[in-house]
Amino acid sequence: MLELLEGSQAVARAVGLARPGVVCAYPISPQTHIVEALSGMVRTGKLANCDYINVESEFAAMSVSIGASAAGARVYTATASQGLLYMAEAVYNASGLKLPIVMTVANRALGAPINIWNDQSDSLSQRDSGWLQLFAVDNQEAIDLHVIAYKVAEELSLPVMVCMDGFVLTHASDVVELPTQEQVDAFLPPITPLEKLDIAEPRSMGMMAGPDVFTETKYLAHMALVGASKVIKRVADQYAAHLGRDAWQPVRVWGPDSPSERGGPVSAERPAQQGEIAVIGMGSVMGTMQAAVPRLKEQGIKIRLVTLGSYRPFPARSVREAIGTADRVVVLDRALMPGVGGVLSADVRRSMARLGIPMHSVIAGLGGRSITERSLGKVLTQAKAGELGELEFMDLKRDLVEGAG
Amino acid sequence: MTSATVPPGLSAPAGSSAVYHTGSWRTERPVYMSLLPPCSAACPAGEDIQAWLFEAQEAGDGYERAWRRLTVENPLPAIMGRVCYHPCQAACNRVQLDEMVGINAVERFLGDLAIAKGWQFEPPAGDRLTGRRVLVIGSGPAGLSAAYHLRMSGHEVHVLEAKTEFGGMLRYGIPAYRLPRHVIDAEVARLEAVGIVLQANQRVEDLAARAAGYDATVVCVGAGVGAHVSIPAATAAKVLDAVRLLEETAAGTPPLLGRRVAIYGGGNTAMDAARTARRLGAEDAVIIYRRTKAQMPAHEEEYKDAISEGIRVKWLSTIAEVERGKVVIERMELDAGGRPQPTGVFDEVEADTVVLAIGQDADLDIVEGVPGMAVERGVIAVDERMMTGVPGVFAAGDAAPGDRTATYAVGQGKLAARGVDAYLRGREFAAPQRVAQATFDRLNTWYYADAPAQSRPELEAARRTSGFEEVVQGLSEASALFEARRCMSCGNCFECDNCYGLCPDDVIRKLGEGKKYSIDLNYCKGCGICAAECPCGCIEMVPEER
Amino acid sequence: MAKTHIPFMQTGTLVVGNRLLDEEDRAVQSYQNRPSTLTRGHRACQGCAEALAARWVLDTAMEVTQGKLMVANATGCLEVFSTLYPESAWRVPWVHSLFANAASVATGIAAANHARGRDDIRVIAQGGDGGTGDIGLACLSGMFERNDDVLYVCYDNQAYMNTGVQRSGATPPAARTATTPAVGPHPGNVFGQGKFVPKIAMAHDIPYVATATVADLRDLEAKVRKAMSHRGARYIHILVTCPLGWGTKTADSIKMARLATRCGLFPVFEAEYGEVTAVTKIRSQAPVEDYLRPQRRFAHLFGAKADEAALERIRGAAERNIRRYNLLPEGGVA
Repeated sequence: MLELLEGSQAVARAVGLARPGVVCAYPISPQTHIVEALSGMVRTGKLANCDYINVESEFAAMSVSIGASAAGARVYTATASQGLLYMAEAVYNASGLKLPIVMTVANRALGAPINIWNDQSDSLSQRDSGWLQLFAVDNQEAIDLHVIAYKVAEELSLPVMVCMDGFVLTHASDVVELPTQEQVDAFLPPITPLEKLDIAEPRSMGMMAGPDVFTETKYLAHMALVGASKVIKRVADQYAAHLGRDAWQPVRVWGPDSPSERGGPVSAERPAQQGEIAVIGMGSVMGTMQAAVPRLKEQGIKIRLVTLGSYRPFPARSVREAIGTADRVVVLDRALMPGVGGVLSADVRRSMARLGIPMHSVIAGLGGRSITERSLGKVLTQAKAGELGELEFMDLKRDLVEGAG
Repeated sequence: MTSATVPPGLSAPAGSSAVYHTGSWRTERPVYMSLLPPCSAACPAGEDIQAWLFEAQEAGDGYERAWRRLTVENPLPAIMGRVCYHPCQAACNRVQLDEMVGINAVERFLGDLAIAKGWQFEPPAGDRLTGRRVLVIGSGPAGLSAAYHLRMSGHEVHVLEAKTEFGGMLRYGIPAYRLPRHVIDAEVARLEAVGIVLQANQRVEDLAARAAGYDATVVCVGAGVGAHVSIPAATAAKVLDAVRLLEETAAGTPPLLGRRVAIYGGGNTAMDAARTARRLGAEDAVIIYRRTKAQMPAHEEEYKDAISEGIRVKWLSTIAEVERGKVVIERMELDAGGRPQPTGVFDEVEADTVVLAIGQDADLDIVEGVPGMAVERGVIAVDERMMTGVPGVFAAGDAAPGDRTATYAVGQGKLAARGVDAYLRGREFAAPQRVAQATFDRLNTWYYADAPAQSRPELEAARRTSGFEEVVQGLSEASALFEARRCMSCGNCFECDNCYGLCPDDVIRKLGEGKKYSIDLNYCKGCGICAAECPCGCIEMVPEER
Repeated sequence: MAKTHIPFMQTGTLVVGNRLLDEEDRAVQSYQNRPSTLTRGHRACQGCAEALAARWVLDTAMEVTQGKLMVANATGCLEVFSTLYPESAWRVPWVHSLFANAASVATGIAAANHARGRDDIRVIAQGGDGGTGDIGLACLSGMFERNDDVLYVCYDNQAYMNTGVQRSGATPPAARTATTPAVGPHPGNVFGQGKFVPKIAMAHDIPYVATATVADLRDLEAKVRKAMSHRGARYIHILVTCPLGWGTKTADSIKMARLATRCGLFPVFEAEYGEVTAVTKIRSQAPVEDYLRPQRRFAHLFGAKADEAALERIRGAAERNIRRYNLLPEGGVA
């Protein structure tokens, strides 16, 4: 059934359908509408057998999640921006303990200066935390992704961040379709943790590892994420098949000639080829980009969009395949490593190291700066003309920076 | 170190630390000791006091176990519970905490309970009978003790008593108000019940003749002869010795003393004589002693009892002359060495009778002229196993060297019995081993809650002097139990679980009630908390040698 | 087990066990088959009172809950010495997450158990004084304020011992630590205003707050039992001697805790819903010097350069405790 829903409400309902046992959160914009909605669902009993904990900080939110997950519950929390940084120590801990926690990150800029609007600096700062980071392009994907995330997390015994652009998605009302409870129940059985606190078989979790075994634990963490790509892909396909419709994918390649509006999975799509520019990005910007593609084609600029749904694990092989024999690659970076460049482009560059194709990093939409079709068109025109630099700040107001500092 | 693959969250099963042996850290190891408590060390009868108090603490069946444990060493608890001067209590470590444990009162409680319940000794089993015959001469505390221990060792025992009833000085030297006769009768009867043959009215004149047919003899004839001093006395003056006074009173034929009685001497016998005189009708009983109160040999309790019965004492006084109706006394003063010296100052005390209580001598007629028998300082000379110069003839009690108390006599009787037993079995006599003492500084007294001693009720003074009723009553069961539980079990584990509970490393195993503990040295780090917190000081830290 | 006075003097109420008592009156630590929740093979220093207290607390809780217990542990000595992979000394479902979050982790465990209808499974969080009162205070306060069904136990050894004896908010004035060395005009820790977490806990009006020491096992067991008889947030703060950090003999760990209470510097009491309801009176009062002198961390207060002024302030602190908690028995003499 199609409904017009605010992104946060839709996500809250999707989370509810996954039947978490414990939900805890600390308020921070733009995540608040999600957990507000969940608190209501727990109060009214719409979400049964669930404890909702109002914690005193994001650090506590992740810590409560760790405890609940260690005790074998399906757990949900959400955060953004400073909140994610405040819980950072616990974020790393949750993945090290192999706890299948699902957390929504309503992507938001990091201060100072304080800024409540959207970019992806927050979750990308946690790229080495050992969590999976899956990105939604739109609210339909955000809905699907939460159900998929639980399935993936529990199968891998690893925590998952579901990343959606703050305000742009969380506060936007769209027509979406929620799966039914029966569909979700059939897809996502009750949690059976690999390991948990168990009075019948007491174990000690969270032990100290000495130099004799620490490297091995980190190797295994690495291999677990490497192997996770296949699982994510399989689960995403299963989900789509289960619902009988198109749904979120870890990587999508799309061009004006693609069969489906939403773009098909990479294996079914042809990669970029000579004469084309491969544009790579994550999140809602790819929706804007999609709208711009037909117009750009009219201007003789052929674009193949590579939308990354999975940032961690990073699907390097799929990215490489999607780039194919493109003339050049443009990465839309929503987060910056000062002094280095775009965060996402660094990952992309690593995956296309020996292709010999020029790559441009376009820093776009920091701190909520609008990413317009017009600006994107301008950047890609420059790229086509070979006038785009290796690192560009889109729509940078030169007058505000020249002479500053 | 890991053979299995690393589990997902790096977890480990419960208690898997057992593979890590922390015992290698240790420089000292705790060792459980069994030390000699000061009470036992001081007990002339060699009772394992701490052990029987331990049993008594459990009440119920514990009383019989306590009595049986006690009577392994001393067959006369009801008697000793009344007349022993309890050096154990003076030695008791609890004195340094609050008050000594009333061991003697608990002993009496157990002794009286045994009589009331009719508990009997187990006679020696058939296979333990030796067929050897031992003659014991004298049925005082030494003789009875020797007879008991000899019987328990499987020998046939024959006891001869010169007087008409058994008990020696217990009966004829200790007044009935301190030791009722039925108590003596009951404990003697119990000895007869295990096959000891006692015969009264058997004064032995010829030792060799009477010892014939026996494999060994123990001489326990006591010290029943009152000592005399030469005091100028008018012919009409009435002077008698305390031994005779007590003996005749005990036999039911007390002498006539008159209204005023002077007792000469400062020992326990003097106190008994004075108190007996009061009971026989004397309105005034005055003890005349040539030294000071501090030098008085009488036991403090006896003195207090005497004073509370209206007896007066003239300290630093000697009797210079006895006249009809009065004695002349000379004042003394102590010289630099603490010895009394005459002052030439005289005084008079009215007295119808003078009772001499200045000491008792052993009755050595029996050994006079026996070849090989030596008498030294008025008593029969013995070796460490109590054997006289005559092989097979032993001596114990007041006729042998040593303290003249009933308890000491019981101890000597036991020692002589052991000597006889070794002699008869042709074994080397092994003197009892002395182990390290449990001194007060070893204890951690924090754990002993404050507990004042329970005193024995006493007969009110008015009733005392009117008859020979027993003055000191027994403890109630509740009080006896309380008193037993005041024992600190010095130097001997009483299973308080402190070591077990306070070990930070969980290395002590509790083996079950009565079985105490063991220490797993694979893990013990040697911190010493168990030793420091052991209330009774029975754990010692011993340096590790590697 | 109610904390009753037992009139058997050889054993009193003070020793661990007592063969003369009825089974139900005996301490859990005296059970032959006690749980030994923290068992042999752990790597705590010799004489570690924290290891001891932890076993006492958890054994009692295991007894009360009949084994239905889960534990969250803060980073610290207790965690490090008990769980160096692959060896764990715990015999209870146990999890360590971080230094600051034991209270929150415990909340999560309790929530998970509650959500699946297993309120019979109880939760204990535990940590040292730093993990509890310094870095972990926010999580602790949140747990208290929400009245989550968790018993939090703080083992207070008065400094960051695990990292090498640095000052914590619980370090007493004048004590020498690695970061408050005994040098300069005012050697040792500063005389600040102090931070006594039990009072902070009481400010939350939670159902139960208690203090205890390793010097009185029966008292501690009774308090754990009482704490477990309540639902909601509960807090027990236990003074545990650290021979390494305090500079005391390993064998004296119990004695030092005893002296801390005897001199009044560590008050032992219970509070329910924010009000003090019971106080353990000082049985035999000792001067603060008796407690301070055997500890090397206070050595600079004595000897040639004796600091009488500092001693006087410490005496004042003891007197304030005695007055505030009414620690002396009737008549005012112990």
